[in-house]
Amino acid sequence: MLDLTYETPKPKTIAGARHDWELVIGMEVHAQVASNAKLFSAASTEFGAEPNSNVSFVDAAMPGMLPVINEYCVEQAVRTGLGLKAEINLKSAFDRKNYFYPDLPQGYQISQLYHPIVGEGEVLVEMGDGTARLVRIERIHMEQDAGKSIHDMDPNMSFVDLNRTGVCLMEIVSRPDIRGPEEAAAYIVKLRQILRYLGTCDGNMQNGNLRADVNVSICRPGDYEKYQETQDFSHLGTRCEIKNMNSMRFIQAAIDHEARRQIAIVEGGGTVDQETRLYDPDKGETRSMRSKEEAHDYRYFPDPDLLPLEIDQDWVDDIQARLPELPDEKKARFIKDFGLTDYDASVLTAEVEAAAYFEAVAKGRDGKMAANWVINELFGRLKKEDHDITESPVSPAQLGGIIDLIAKGDISGKIAKDLFEIVYKEGGDPAEIVEARGMKQVTDTGAIEAAVDEIIAANPAQVEKAKQNPKLAGWFVGQVMKATGGKANPKAVNEIVSARLGL
Amino acid sequence: MSKLNTLRLAEARDALRKGEVTSVELTEACLEAIDAADALNAFVHKTPEIALERARAADARIRAGDAPSMCGLPIGIKDLFCTRGVPSQAASRILDGFRPEYESTVSQQLADAGAVMLGKLNMDEFAMGSSNETSTYGNAVNPWRRGNDDAQLTPGGSSGGSASAVAADLCLAATGTDTGGSIRQPAAFTGITGIKPTYGRCSRWGIVAFASSLDQAGPMTRDVRDAAIMLQAMCGHDPKDSTSADLPVPDFEAMLTGDINGKVIGIPREYRMEGMPEEIEELWAKGTEMLKDAGAKIVDISLPHTKYALPAYYVIAPAEASSNLARYDGVRYGRRARLAQGDGITEMYEKTRAEGFGPEVQRRVMIGTYVLSAGFYDAYYNRARKVRTLIKKDFEDVFADGVDAILTPATPSAAFGLGKMTDADPVQMYLNDVFTVTVNLAGLPGIAVPAGLDKRGLPLGLQLIGRPWEEGDLLNTAYALEQAAGFVEKPVKWW
Repeated sequence: MLDLTYETPKPKTIAGARHDWELVIGMEVHAQVASNAKLFSAASTEFGAEPNSNVSFVDAAMPGMLPVINEYCVEQAVRTGLGLKAEINLKSAFDRKNYFYPDLPQGYQISQLYHPIVGEGEVLVEMGDGTARLVRIERIHMEQDAGKSIHDMDPNMSFVDLNRTGVCLMEIVSRPDIRGPEEAAAYIVKLRQILRYLGTCDGNMQNGNLRADVNVSICRPGDYEKYQETQDFSHLGTRCEIKNMNSMRFIQAAIDHEARRQIAIVEGGGTVDQETRLYDPDKGETRSMRSKEEAHDYRYFPDPDLLPLEIDQDWVDDIQARLPELPDEKKARFIKDFGLTDYDASVLTAEVEAAAYFEAVAKGRDGKMAANWVINELFGRLKKEDHDITESPVSPAQLGGIIDLIAKGDISGKIAKDLFEIVYKEGGDPAEIVEARGMKQVTDTGAIEAAVDEIIAANPAQVEKAKQNPKLAGWFVGQVMKATGGKANPKAVNEIVSARLGL
Repeated sequence: MSKLNTLRLAEARDALRKGEVTSVELTEACLEAIDAADALNAFVHKTPEIALERARAADARIRAGDAPSMCGLPIGIKDLFCTRGVPSQAASRILDGFRPEYESTVSQQLADAGAVMLGKLNMDEFAMGSSNETSTYGNAVNPWRRGNDDAQLTPGGSSGGSASAVAADLCLAATGTDTGGSIRQPAAFTGITGIKPTYGRCSRWGIVAFASSLDQAGPMTRDVRDAAIMLQAMCGHDPKDSTSADLPVPDFEAMLTGDINGKVIGIPREYRMEGMPEEIEELWAKGTEMLKDAGAKIVDISLPHTKYALPAYYVIAPAEASSNLARYDGVRYGRRARLAQGDGITEMYEKTRAEGFGPEVQRRVMIGTYVLSAGFYDAYYNRARKVRTLIKKDFEDVFADGVDAILTPATPSAAFGLGKMTDADPVQMYLNDVFTVTVNLAGLPGIAVPAGLDKRGLPLGLQLIGRPWEEGDLLNTAYALEQAAGFVEKPVKWW
């Protein structure tokens, strides 16, 4: 199906004082399911609401309240699993993860430790240089988000906002297949792209709707291959987990810092302690949050309030049948059907809306030309005003109309850019604008010949020079274009100038 | 007509419909009895205004010919049920002042059926206990006494307030809940009837959770017919409880024919415990004879894993409880300890829970936390779950062999003296549940029916265990046993 072939990228190496080190990275991505209601309650998930306004009795863990699964969230988890080519577990179950914290009203988080809804899958992570890493997904499970503790509103008190409590998260757990900070960022980009294609998560990292815990360890070159061969983790270094990051830039910086920290420890004769760390973006370093000894004993056990979650293969098949075309397939198709470069196809498929826009423009037209116009003109113009494709004032039909006028020879490329600007700012039908404003290109050779003759007659000295040095013919072309207000067909002008000058 | 507060549900229902009595009269009689019975400490929150308002509404419905099944019948509600605007604190200090803004599904269904709530009933704290002595309100007292001995006896637990109130005619019936025997043991100790339906029959929504996989609500009534009437109103599918069964509810009362001809009753040999009082043995044998005389076929059966039930129960129930009770942290509702300067969140949790939970609740939270801990999970919790599966299979096997119901004693003794067990090893107290916990572990319906008095004049009960979802059949067998036993004794009023 996919005819995209890539080389495997080289792992990132960091030179230590003694020798080189490689990085091994696994990620746990928490993606908030795009759902109007929470995982086990009907409360709203709207972002930015008044504190504690989206809280049901269940979310606040009032006595006697019971969770009831939101079927829509389950469907989104299944869709996500299918989108990551993962195995779907028809029977899964919920467990309680017990710990005390004020933003966790139940005193436990309902999660899926023992029987997650989604099993093994994979994500192809392109690096943009012709290489790509196939990252294995270990599992995806559903769980409740916690609320938010606010410690800086009062010197003596802490406050709790439960709006987020109980919102459905998918935890997408990768194998330790990621080999450097750039790959980690590219992995998040790809995962986010797939989730947005599926519509199962809006991927908004700023709001915390997509955030990652990153497990980092170091190893000597060659050790990772031994791990891959045996799946024996003892070939790898001790890992540290950097918690809760929601910026691509910080993820990369944190991994780089953490790897160097570990290298310094090991080369200094010490050992890395397995622990949970936090990244401080102001200082650009990670610091210990809790050690393995301080780690909570979560006392996981099956949640007796919920029956095992059983879903039908038919239902899964139905979701599969309704899956949209995913980024890899779309990109391959764009390359094949429209003759695009790998790079252009990547740019155009980055966002599903942009891909749809491009397809509408390219339909029945020259694909490469459509790609050039969408990427260079439209994206460039939108970026200038910080708009995204959904806010484009130029519709695919309008842009297609401009391209059609170029293809027909009605306007030159240069005029087309002016026309684009008019359509962008004022709207309207491109063909009508060209007609109404007299922007049509002059292809009438008689008119062009007359203009050429006039210029030649008025500039005998230039003519002589041009006959000596044919490169100067361009000056005449320029003069003719100027005289015709840019509307003359440049190709025709070139030919006539050359003929008249006897070049 | 006898005193209104002593009527059975069925009698009062019929009298109401015939216009012989009004709900307000019934309710006032009960309220009067309640006010005169503070010595029993059964009602811990009285709600006379709500009661009279509902009684008046019920009378209007009856007059309009629109009376649902329990219209106008005054009942008590165990404190474990959340009742809107009315203190609902599971007899725990940690829920001091808690008045929920919602109504439990069961109490709502009873209200919808026209029942009149008189108030909230005493119980063991968070339903953990077999004597009512762990209640923050102080224990309820059994209206029964040993002859002329004025020693106060336990009404049993955890639904001790419900049992005491029904036995002492403070209300016509009451709700209970049963996690390991909390309906059946107090019913047996007070000479009333109590049924724990199949797990999933009654919604758990709005009932303060003790052990979610075992908790079930049920009625505590003067007789089997009343149990059928009230259970009918309490049960049914509730989409708010994922473990509630989406099954039709048959007309239980209509199934009370008393005909058990040809029914197969199993007598499990493992329930013949060493050191069991002779009187209990005799009662059990008498009950067996009665059922035989009524036409049932008696068979000896084996439930081989019975002896592991109590230990498994005392792992599973505390494990779930330790997690269910984590929400009582002083953050959002109920009691919060007074903090000292410099105290942080950890101190707030520790102090709140130390002063909010009584010793038995603390013990179970600690046991539960321990059995779920890393390194102990498999040895305790997982093993207990396996035992539970085996116990369930024991029952499935005998039912598959054609057994319709199983007859056992309800309790290993009659009601014991208050304060007599407080200093004993807690395991002695836990042994009270030895005949009842298997039923919870297997999720089956079980009913306790009074069947006689011991030598000192205290009631004794027998337990019948039925097939899952066949409460109607079970109630009918219990009805036949009740008819044969002819238990009509009442406690002599001393309060």
